[in-house]
Amino acid sequence: MNQRDLLHVVAADDISAARRRFGHAIVWGAAFLLAVVAAAQTAQRTGFADFGFQTWRPTLYAYILWAICLCWSQVLIRGEHGKRTLFVLPAALFVVSLTVFPLLFGLVIAFSDWNLSSPLGRQFNGLDNVRQMWSDPFYWNALGNMVWYSLAILVEYAVAFGLALLLNAEIRARKFFRVAFLLPLMLSPVAVSWMIGKSMLELRFGPIARFARWLGWDNPSFFGSPEIAKFTIMLLDAWTFIPFMMIMILAGLQAIPKELTEAARVDGAGPWKSFWEVTFPLMLPVSVTAILIRIIFKLKLADIVINITSGGPGGATDTVTSFIFREYRDRSNVGYGTLLAMVYLVIIIIAMTVLMKLAERFARPRT
Amino acid sequence: MNKPVFRDSESDLSFQAGRFAGKTLVYTLLLAWAAVCLFPIYWTATTSFKMAPNVMQGALVPWVDYTPAWLGWRSLGLSPETIGAESTVRSEFLKRFFNSTIAALSSSTIAVILGSLAAYGLSRFSYRFLFMRNSDISFFFLSQLILPPVVLALPFLVLYRELALLDTRIGLILLYTLTVLPIVIWIMRDQFESIPTELEEAALVDGLSIWGAFFQIILPIALPGMVAAFILSLVLTWNEYFFAALLTSTHANTLPVMVASQTGSQGINWWSMAALSFAAILPLIIIGVVLERYLIKGMTAGAVK
Repeated sequence: MNQRDLLHVVAADDISAARRRFGHAIVWGAAFLLAVVAAAQTAQRTGFADFGFQTWRPTLYAYILWAICLCWSQVLIRGEHGKRTLFVLPAALFVVSLTVFPLLFGLVIAFSDWNLSSPLGRQFNGLDNVRQMWSDPFYWNALGNMVWYSLAILVEYAVAFGLALLLNAEIRARKFFRVAFLLPLMLSPVAVSWMIGKSMLELRFGPIARFARWLGWDNPSFFGSPEIAKFTIMLLDAWTFIPFMMIMILAGLQAIPKELTEAARVDGAGPWKSFWEVTFPLMLPVSVTAILIRIIFKLKLADIVINITSGGPGGATDTVTSFIFREYRDRSNVGYGTLLAMVYLVIIIIAMTVLMKLAERFARPRT
Repeated sequence: MNKPVFRDSESDLSFQAGRFAGKTLVYTLLLAWAAVCLFPIYWTATTSFKMAPNVMQGALVPWVDYTPAWLGWRSLGLSPETIGAESTVRSEFLKRFFNSTIAALSSSTIAVILGSLAAYGLSRFSYRFLFMRNSDISFFFLSQLILPPVVLALPFLVLYRELALLDTRIGLILLYTLTVLPIVIWIMRDQFESIPTELEEAALVDGLSIWGAFFQIILPIALPGMVAAFILSLVLTWNEYFFAALLTSTHANTLPVMVASQTGSQGINWWSMAALSFAAILPLIIIGVVLERYLIKGMTAGAVK
């Protein structure tokens, strides 16, 4: 590993002891202030003393002050090196404070019974939530649905690949088609779920229902039976996200040098053979990246499910996210919902790690 | 002797026919998919000008199947007759629109600033923080992409309640920044890695500081990447529904929440829903058509090496 700076900077820093002391002083001073404020608020919370705080905002302000002092002190103490740290430090502080802290906090909530509308507040209940989850058929059902939804990505990938090949062919008005194909990605899922899910799929006079009747499906129902409802949701989500994969694959196709396909043609390969033997293997790395990113987005699928079917019929279209959303909306039980989300996160991390390892092996160029 | 000297042989003629058939097939498929992509937008736009009987009949083409009316837009207070008058629906709509705009613009701006700085640092210097080296720090940022929003949603709900940030725009902006930051870093790292370090070295020799070189030399070159990252963030944050639905109630509602809240209540007014949806997607359609180049640049960053 090359651990040297790509950009060499000769640092001629002459940092006086006073400046260094000042740097240390502000950072520790701010940390001390943060600790005092937090301690005071905790004391008020637990009923030891009353300082008249309404919210935890003062702690937040103290934290922001501390973060600013930390960034400033880097420059004060370490001079030129500190200025380099300053590039990454703000983003790192931002992400750490907005994910790591809530995640730790979420772990605490996950093992408690906390109904936000009840005055009792948080009550630690050990593994009760885990037991409840274990015997909750709807959660496992939602997880199973996620597997089905993720498998649909393979079909989406095939369609996206086909469209990218079409766009890569010698055609006129390419810009028009590219913009038209890209538009579904721009639309908000909520508007899509109204436009298509509610209006165009409306059974009596929606255009798609009419079309289905014209094709000979007497009583079209798009959300009646569990299988068809799941399929409809898959189609809607595919409609929105196929452009995304298509654009990535198109970029990959355009990066393939023309000489390769020409050489294949000279060697006597037909279009079908030259696709499978030349284009497709060359596209493997891009395809794997596109599919992995698509899986990540698919695992967040919720908006259209919440707005069209709210999980029905009988949880057939539920995703984990929409299930937890309803769990919170209906029962305002924060503890149980958080535990479900945490378990989901663990499953995702394991699955994605395995997938990435597999993908790495799979996409390595054949030698 | 009318026989041409140069003529296509039989096999060439069949080849031409095959080529023509292939072209036809390609254009048919292209047009069919374009119709699939565009029809819902067309349907929404036309439905917003329909009246109840037109909707029931499933009329498709304005002026042929039905006479356009301003019904849908009047219910939003945006039709020609009502545009001058006071309208509570319109002010409500504008408030949501404004909320969405503020949240999307400011979170994208913050994310692009923070993300570009971090990406630049990671592409130029080597850092060490405890056990973490550059590649670990990059992975830490990018791994945020995997984090599903639902994991953060409930802890944030409780935290925001304690911090009195529930139902405020600032709260939403913070979360939106967090969700798009990994994407910005991904795009910008790709962008900065394509800029040779000799440029900064020359600038440093000429007496600029690191930050001076960054602002005066690198930023102008990396601007297309920043625009791409900004546009992509804008699309994602404008459309975001999940956090907005959970964390806002009356003051900081965004447009998607308003659209979603209309569907359930008091029978569906197709025309006004269509007008509302169309107004919600219109800004992004414009962005998509005008700035398509940047969107594609953003989406393909890092995919092709």
